Formats: sequence, structure tokens, C-alpha cells
Amino acid sequence: MEINILIGGAAGQGMDTVMNLLGKALVREGYGLIYTKDYMSRVRGGHNFSRLRIASGTPWTTIEAIDILVALNEETYKTHKDNLLPTGRVIYDPGLFLLPDHEKRAVPVELEKLAKEAGGAIMANTVAVGALLVLIGLPPVAVEKLLHEVFSSKKGVAEQNIKALKKGYEAAAEYCSACFVLPPKERQSKRLFIEGNQVLGMAALASGCRFLSAYPMTPATGILNYLAAKSKSYPVVVEQAEDEIAAINMALGASYAGVRALTVTSGGGFSLMVEGLSLAGMTETPLVVVVAMRPGPATGLPTRSEQGDLSFVLHAGHGEFPRAVLSATSHEDAFYRLNKAFELADRFQIPVIFLSDQNFADTHRSVEPFDFSRLGYNRHLVGEKDIQKPYRRYLLTEDGISPRMIPGVAEGEVVLVDSDEHDEKGHIIEDAATRVRMVNKRMNKLTALAEEMDEPDLYGDPHPQKLLVGWGSNYGVLREAVNNLAALGVKVALLHFSDLWPLPQKRLLELAGRVKQLYCVENNATGQLAALIRRETGLAIDRLILKYDGRPFMPHEIVGEVEKNA
Amino acid sequence: MLSEKDYLVGDTAWCPGCGNFAIREALAGALAELKIEPHRLLICSGIGQAAKIPHYIKANGFNGLHGRALPPALGAKVANKELTVIVESGDGDSYGEGGNHFIHNIRRNPNIAHLIHNNQIYGLTKGQASPTSDPGMVTGVQTGGVVTPALNPLALALVLGAGFVARCFSGEQEHLKATIKAAIDFPGYALVDILQPCISFNKVNTYGWYKKRVYFPEVSDREDWDAALKLAREWGEQIPLGIIYFKPRPTFEDALQVLEGEPLAFRNFKPQELSALQDEFR
Ligand SMILES: Cc1ncc(C[n+]2csc(CCOP(=O)(O)OP(=O)(O)O)c2C)c(N)n1
Ligand SMILES: [Mg+2]
Repeated sequence: MEINILIGGAAGQGMDTVMNLLGKALVREGYGLIYTKDYMSRVRGGHNFSRLRIASGTPWTTIEAIDILVALNEETYKTHKDNLLPTGRVIYDPGLFLLPDHEKRAVPVELEKLAKEAGGAIMANTVAVGALLVLIGLPPVAVEKLLHEVFSSKKGVAEQNIKALKKGYEAAAEYCSACFVLPPKERQSKRLFIEGNQVLGMAALASGCRFLSAYPMTPATGILNYLAAKSKSYPVVVEQAEDEIAAINMALGASYAGVRALTVTSGGGFSLMVEGLSLAGMTETPLVVVVAMRPGPATGLPTRSEQGDLSFVLHAGHGEFPRAVLSATSHEDAFYRLNKAFELADRFQIPVIFLSDQNFADTHRSVEPFDFSRLGYNRHLVGEKDIQKPYRRYLLTEDGISPRMIPGVAEGEVVLVDSDEHDEKGHIIEDAATRVRMVNKRMNKLTALAEEMDEPDLYGDPHPQKLLVGWGSNYGVLREAVNNLAALGVKVALLHFSDLWPLPQKRLLELAGRVKQLYCVENNATGQLAALIRRETGLAIDRLILKYDGRPFMPHEIVGEVEKNA
Repeated sequence: MLSEKDYLVGDTAWCPGCGNFAIREALAGALAELKIEPHRLLICSGIGQAAKIPHYIKANGFNGLHGRALPPALGAKVANKELTVIVESGDGDSYGEGGNHFIHNIRRNPNIAHLIHNNQIYGLTKGQASPTSDPGMVTGVQTGGVVTPALNPLALALVLGAGFVARCFSGEQEHLKATIKAAIDFPGYALVDILQPCISFNKVNTYGWYKKRVYFPEVSDREDWDAALKLAREWGEQIPLGIIYFKPRPTFEDALQVLEGEPLAFRNFKPQELSALQDEFR
């Protein structure tokens, strides 16, 4: 039992407002849902749309089939009508355009006219929410309280919006009232309605991140916005850098001087950061970089999704130095895993890259509240009492990790870091023996780092014949694909990576020996995880299921590909 | 209390006779006189001969990437506002590779003293033109002589709103020391462009060339921006030295209320205390 809603229109028509209101109201009522965005790189015009799926068990992904289409312009209707189910309905404004006579699924609601009657055309979106409510059988009160909260500072505006909401509700009720049945509610545990970027911003703040320097770039900007909003009331400084080179170097300076620091960007910006990443490696300065992927090369498809930068972040930076690369399966996983990124960075004194993408960054989902007590804040710093004097920032140790002190804590003792190869004190050297010792020291950290990597998540048939291997934001769609395939009688499981580097191999190798076919499912053109697996384990993936049109996978696409091969 | 000598550490890798030595001594003298303790001092630099300075002065040091001395300095200042932060690097590093950071940090106005060893050449890479090389200078790369007009750092800084703009000469060490002290004490971004002979690669702008030209103008009103710009544009037969402009304005740090109180780097923290962050999503 589920309801799939698609709302579309031109950029600037406020589809987000509708989805945010409806989504939040539904989550408050206890329903499980997911809401994804598909938008163009423009501020006005074009065709943008969002999908909202309400289903029992909390859906992991949106799907192509549509129950309710909200067409804010004619193009939306034309583009999506074929995916509107025969039992579906289309809400549209007959004042703006007319549907063909044979369209039996029409629910005409004069959005603009009713909004004007309520107080202003700007509330057309609220009218649409009202219409949606009646179709899914939810009373207006569910949204009324929310409107009061949203417009609490503007007198009278909430009342006008409530009027608009009711007008939409009544108008649509003439055509179809509760003609869609909501799924049973999920557990009533005051769930959150939250977007991927907000999860990452919150996780950073709760991990003790005190400095974020970044240059705006979709789809990472949401993290910047989140932390900037918090910088008024929490001890975090957000600085918009003059470019990404400055961003990463600022973050390194802040980290060196003692705070947890973060920078966020997408592929193009990360390209500019690469020398800085190498500096983090050489100076052994902890740093977390969120790379929110979008399709490249160059400017690519700025507002769309891809997993095209795995190979890039694995190899970015001249010279050799240890790093960790993490991604996340879901909103919940991302919250704790970004904290893990900060923890690893501090413990190993390395750069840690967290790979996100537009598909995760812009997706809202209903999630259980996070357990903040599970987050770590272990800085692994030493003070005056713990050090041998004179302090040596790069003291040679067995595991390669030198006791890290920050400047200003021990009288007479200084902390010197250097981008040149250096000795234990941080001074420039050129002799061969010290060079080798320092390279070994840095690379030694990989041994202990590898032990911290989580094995991939296994989901599905315990004795699979087919194993789908995936990573990052594709978890949800792959899970659903596995369910759908299982329903068709396929013995299939999903092995899904969050931690990517150093590559955890145990579970993969174990399973690979037992299955008939190995698939890698990735949003890129070359199968970058498959290549990594082959390089690290020698294991050849039998088949690649790849998608690189800038859009995330839909479950039926994966099912179709696997079936084809049956 | 530390003396000038206590700040001078390490074996320098500079050419005998290089102007860098005098700058280093002037800095050490300034630090001693200001009684800045090494553990509370941070010197950030990029890459180049000048940029090796953190190895030769007793201080915390962030010897980062070529052109990127300013950004880590800004980050460090945010993390620990109690550190005295000096950025010290070459003309190529500061005005060429790091030009964008030069521009935007003047706008930001962090409380940082920026000391630039301006030898009008790329020293470490053996003698290519820098942004401040005068037209006509022949190098292994600019074989027909430099054709682009030189960048004027003082005028640029003034136009961008810098509150402290000074020019010094490594051959006027006492004046240099006094100016460095003033720059460190200045609340905000302070630019000290230090003319410095490169005895190995710059055969045009030699010690004698500078010595013949530098002079100390009378600056009656250091807040007179137009007069400062005029001085900044004087280059040729006469080159004025001194603090040509001095006018504090609110700093980058002033605008950051969260910096009030203990430095961010030393604040305690427990993630559980922030669990109310999620309430807005309910
Ligand atoms: C990204 C990068 N590009 C180029 C270089 C090579 N390089 C090192 S120092 C330098 C120029 C140094 O000139 P300047 O900053 O004036 O310092 P000086 O040696 O004259 O004191 C160059 C081009 C480098 N280290 N890094
Ligand atoms: Mg130079």
C-alpha cells in the first residue's frame, strides 16, 4: 500500500514549498516517506519536479509510477502523463491550461483564483497542498499547525494560508475524496523529516566541527547553508572562501591550530583542492572533505547526480599518502559515518573524504531520531605534560602516528609543519634516509586504518546466486530492486559498501566464492568500484549495470537488467 | 625574556649576502622587543626562498604550499585568536600564485601582519620574472625582457581598503624592525612590502639600485588616502619608504561573535549536548 506523488513546474514555481509542507505534515502524522528532487541548473523556467512516495516500512526510493500528478504547468502533464497510473489523478489549474477531453483522471482546481480569493496569488501552492490532502484522505488540520509555525512571525499570513489550504481541499473534494488510501502509519516515535545535506551539516556540528570554509557549489551548498544558519547560535565559524584552493587551505590552518575543520564541494571544486589534499597528507593535518558528486567532466550536469568521482578521490593528490574514503547508505548511516570521518581524521592525522552525491544531498526521508551519544569527539591531542621536549611534531613511532600538539599549549615549545619533506621536528630535509623513514611512517598508518573500515552491508537472500554490489546513495534503490527480484523468485542479495578506502574485502571475498554471478551497480560509465575491487582483490565482476544520464536509478531499471541476464 | 638572538634558529639555506638575512634579523628584533613568546606566535608561509622563514625563527610554523600562505593563517586565527599570526613569503608567492588570497584577505581584514620579501624575482626557481619585476628585465623565460607592467602591491592594497600599508628596504634594518613592530601591533591586516636584493638572480634591482632610490617622505597625515596612493605610485628615480597609510577599521574577527571568550580550539564539548539540533526537523 503506497501513494506516489509527482509535482512539476517551472523553476521558481515553488514545488519545494508544497513537498516540504506535505512531507513534514505526513511525517508528523506518523507516515513513512521519501522525497526526491529533479531540477535544472536555472533559477526560472525549465522543467523541475519532485517525487514523494508514502509507503509502509518507510520507502527507500522513489519510483516511476505516479498516483497523483500535480501539474503546475502543461509541460509537466505532457512529460509525465504516461507514467500516471490509470487509477491516478492529475491536479491542475484550468485557469492556466486545459487537459484533453479524453483525460478522465482530471482534478481541476483553480489554484491561482482560489489563492487570490484567500489573499494572494502567491498562495497557489498552499491551495495545491489542500487539494492533495483531500485526495489522500488527510484532514487539513494536519497542515494548519505547520502553517502557524512557518508563518509565526508574519501576522495574518498563517490565517490566509489556512484559508487557501481549505479552498484547495474543498475544490478537489468535488472530484475525489480519499480516493487514495494511505499506508498504515509507522511507529510513532517523533521521526524527523530531513534532507541529506541537513543530516551532514548536523552531523558535522555535533561532531564538534568548529570551522567550515567552502566555496558554493551544487550539490554541496546545502551543508554550507545549514552550518551558516547555526553559526549565530553555536560555536562554528563558516567562511565563504574566495576559491576552493583557499577553502581547503583555510580548513587546514584551522585544523592545525586545534579545531575540527571541514570543507565541502563538488568535483570541480575538489579538483582545485587537490594540492591542498596532498598538503594535508604531507603535514599530517586532520581534515574532512565532503565531495558531493554531480556528473562531470568539467561543469557537467550541475544539478544532477553521478558516482563518477570515486576513482578521482581515491587518487587525488600528487605523491603518496594515506587517506580514507567513506560514503553512506542512508540518512541514518550518513549521520554516524560523517562523525566517523572526523574521528578517523583526528586519530590518524589524515585527510578523510566523505563521498555524497546529489541523489543523497537533496533527498528528504523520514528517519528515526539520531542518537547523539553515539557520536565521538576524541581529539587525540597531547599537552605539555605528555611530550618529550623539545617537541617533535613528526616523532617516529611504530604505527606512524606522532603525538599531536596544537600551537600555544606548551611554553617554549613550538609546532612546525612543513609541505617539504621534513625531519621529526618539521624542518626541511633532503637526505635519502630521512625521506624513506618519513614515507614509511606516513604509509604505516594504513595498516591500522584498514582495520577501522566497516565491511559492506549484506541484504537479501542468505544463500544468493546473484550478488549485486553497490556503494553510497544507491543503497535504497538496490534494496528495493533486491526485494522485487526476490518476489520474482530470484535468489539475490545486495552487498553494499559505505567505507570504500582502504577497501574492506573480507565479506566480499567470502561471498564471491559462493555466488554464481557478481554484478556491480554504479552511477557512472566505467564501473569505478568494480575497477577498485579488481585492483585490490583480483576479483572480476561478471557484469556491470551502469547509469550515467545524470538521473539516479529506478528499481525497475535494475530489475530489468538483472532479469535480462537470467 | 628572550633576546633577538633567541629567535634566530636553524641553518639557513640562503645565499650569502641575501637580503633575507636582514629581514630575518629585523623580525627577530621586533619579536624580542614586543615580547612575543614563540609558543604564542605563528608564522605561515608558502614556498620560495623567503618562505623558508618559519624554519629560521623560533615560532610555530605552517610552511604550506606555494601561494597559499594566507588561507591557513586565516583558519588558524579563527581556531585560536590568541595566536599572533604573521604571514611571510616572497613576491611571487604573495602576489602571483597567491594573488587571489591577497585580494580577498585585504577585504576580510584579519588581524594578520603580512611581510613580503619583494626581490622582484622568483629566487628559488632560479630567476624568472615575478609580478613585480620591472618591464625590460631579461630572464631565462622572459628572453625578450618583461613586457607586462609591474603589479603595484601598495596601490592595490590601498584600493582594496587595506588599513596598514608600508614599504621597507632590507638595507634599512632599524626602520624595517620598527615597521614590523607597528604591523604586528596594528589591529587588522597590515601589509609590509620589503624591497630586498636577490644577489643571485636579480641583476637589475641590486642593493645599490635600491639604496640610491629609497627615501623617507614626510607623511603628515597617515589617514590621507589620496596622499598615500600618490606615494604608492612613486616608483623609479625615487622610492618612498615608510608606513604610507594607517587607519584601523573593524577586523574579520570583530564580526565573529562566536570568537568572544575562550579560543575555539580550547573549548570543551560533548556531542550529546547538541541533540536538540534535530528538533527543528520534527
Ligand atoms: C604550485 C607550485 N607551482 C610552482 C612551484 C615552484 N616555485 C617554488 S617557489 C616559486 C617562486 C618563488 O618566488 P618568490 O615567491 O618570489 O620567492 P623567492 O624565492 O624569490 O623568495 C615557484 C615558482 C611550486 N612550488 N608550487
Ligand atoms: Mg621573490
